[in-house]
Amino acid sequence: MRVVIAEDLVLLRDGMVRMLSAYDFDVVAAVERGDELAETLVALRPDVAVLDVRLPPTFTDEGLRAAIAARRAVPALPVLILSQYVEPVYARELLSDGAGAVGYLLKDRVGEVGDFVKAVRQVAAGGTVMDPDVVAQLLGGGRRRAQLAALTPREREVLAVMAEGRSNAAIADRLVVTEKAVSKHINSILTKLDLPPSDDDHRRVLAVLAYLGT
Amino acid sequence: MAVVNEIWGRAWREFRRVLVSVGLGLAAFFLLFATVAALLFSLAWIGLPVFVEVIGLVRRLAGVQRRRSSPPIPVPYAPLPDGLLRKVRALLTEPATWRDLGWLVVQGPVGLIGMIAFGLWPAAVQGVLMPLVHWLLPPSVDDLSYQGIPIDDQRTAWLVIPLGILIGLVAYALPRWYLAGEAWLARWLLAPTAAQLADQLAARVERLAETRAAVVDASAAELRRIERDLHDGAQARLVALTMNLGMAEDLFETDPDTARAMLADARAGARDAMGELRDLVRGIHPPMLADRGLPGAMQALAMASSIPIDLDLRLERRLPAPVESAAYFALSEAVANAIKHSHAERITLSATDRGSAVVLRVSDDGRGGADPGRGTGLRGMERRLAAFDGTVRVSSPVGGPTVIEMELPCAS
Repeated sequence: MRVVIAEDLVLLRDGMVRMLSAYDFDVVAAVERGDELAETLVALRPDVAVLDVRLPPTFTDEGLRAAIAARRAVPALPVLILSQYVEPVYARELLSDGAGAVGYLLKDRVGEVGDFVKAVRQVAAGGTVMDPDVVAQLLGGGRRRAQLAALTPREREVLAVMAEGRSNAAIADRLVVTEKAVSKHINSILTKLDLPPSDDDHRRVLAVLAYLGT
Repeated sequence: MAVVNEIWGRAWREFRRVLVSVGLGLAAFFLLFATVAALLFSLAWIGLPVFVEVIGLVRRLAGVQRRRSSPPIPVPYAPLPDGLLRKVRALLTEPATWRDLGWLVVQGPVGLIGMIAFGLWPAAVQGVLMPLVHWLLPPSVDDLSYQGIPIDDQRTAWLVIPLGILIGLVAYALPRWYLAGEAWLARWLLAPTAAQLADQLAARVERLAETRAAVVDASAAELRRIERDLHDGAQARLVALTMNLGMAEDLFETDPDTARAMLADARAGARDAMGELRDLVRGIHPPMLADRGLPGAMQALAMASSIPIDLDLRLERRLPAPVESAAYFALSEAVANAIKHSHAERITLSATDRGSAVVLRVSDDGRGGADPGRGTGLRGMERRLAAFDGTVRVSSPVGGPTVIEMELPCAS
């Protein structure tokens, strides 16, 4: 699997290259600046790109902007954004094209190597991965609080894990319940929030995140 | 050709300026009348609010005159206190008020002179055209005269032409003298006196000293908070982490299971430390603010709010970082207050760039009754913004709505 990495700190960039190589990824480029990142992504068309949000020259959000620009040229180009902090506004911008194949994770998660590699693969396969921190911010503060109050505590837990982009099986695994119970909860959640039912995991996540983000 | 154009251009410019001056003279005349009337009514109390209003109008008119002077004349007024009686007293004891009134007295007659300047042009034209007029008029009209000179025959009609030209020259030169004189009068009466300038400077120095002290206090307190957070949080966690790692190292051979559990603990500790550092950084300088400036940070505020927030962002440029930061914290304080106390259904956040200042406004449709004297939040906002000469205005009648408007001077 061909991957492009963008990270300005040598320590982290080298670590990431080593780690992804060890898990059989083919690192075709490891970029340290943001100026020509979008062009590089469009030219190389990797199976997945792992990008730091904050890159030279301006050290603001060029990673994100490069990702959005590249996905405008190559729709649904799989992109996983890493950041020292997560912002729901950025998550919304990443998700806004509705194409999926995006991830947004805290840099801390790189430490949980197994989970991180799984997330990279999931994004490459067209899935959506959201950091639990983003989900918590969306659930905790957002303006949907009134509607979310209608959910049972268990349904809130299921919603949170679902919003991270997990499949029914993974949700069942995490919450130690049966898959059947999970799908029952999900149906109830979608009904209460007035969202269209969908068997497709990706579409479902996008709908839920769009709902929480607006 | 160019010379003619220049002469006409100048005459036209001066003509317009004299026209404005005459208009000001007329307005001054009426306002003088209104002021005297308001003063008389004030003897019977009911005129007091009218007096304050009229003086407000006088200041606006004087403001027009100050701005059209070149260079513009600085404004001499001290800020007005709240409360009708205190306002009246401040206005009456303010020398600038009386000097403004003196200007009103002068500007009325000055406007009259300006009108005469307009009358000269038709007179000049009439003089130059006199032979034609005399030739065209039927012989039965025998009382034709020009500037008091009876025109009896065609010869006299030709002779007054030089007089017409002379009047034309005066009409051309007079506006310049007139405008210079008017400007001198305006500067004499409307500019702050040396004593006023000194008072203004003294007040400004005092205010700067106050706000500087407040800023130093606030940043010292902030540093202490950060130090404490680091000491009790991330630092303590890192100590625990190294302890765990050290013990795991010791037990590596003898008790691998316990060592593994300790490594897991260490990892959890590292994760917590990262989380705490992240929260700390967010509190010092929100990343959204650093990345996207005030509009981006306001979007993030809106998204995190439990009450729906409408955004009206008319701010394209990035402000200087300290101003941006002060504005953001004041805004988020205002939004937090609205969420906590207002019981509002909607909040509106707006940022408007006025060029020399940025105006931020937080309004909600809640129950109102926010008191700037009582809430520490509002006072904190004032203190933050005061460091940049910013001001906070609060309007929050009981029953709502609450509008908090912050103005931060920052030239583009």
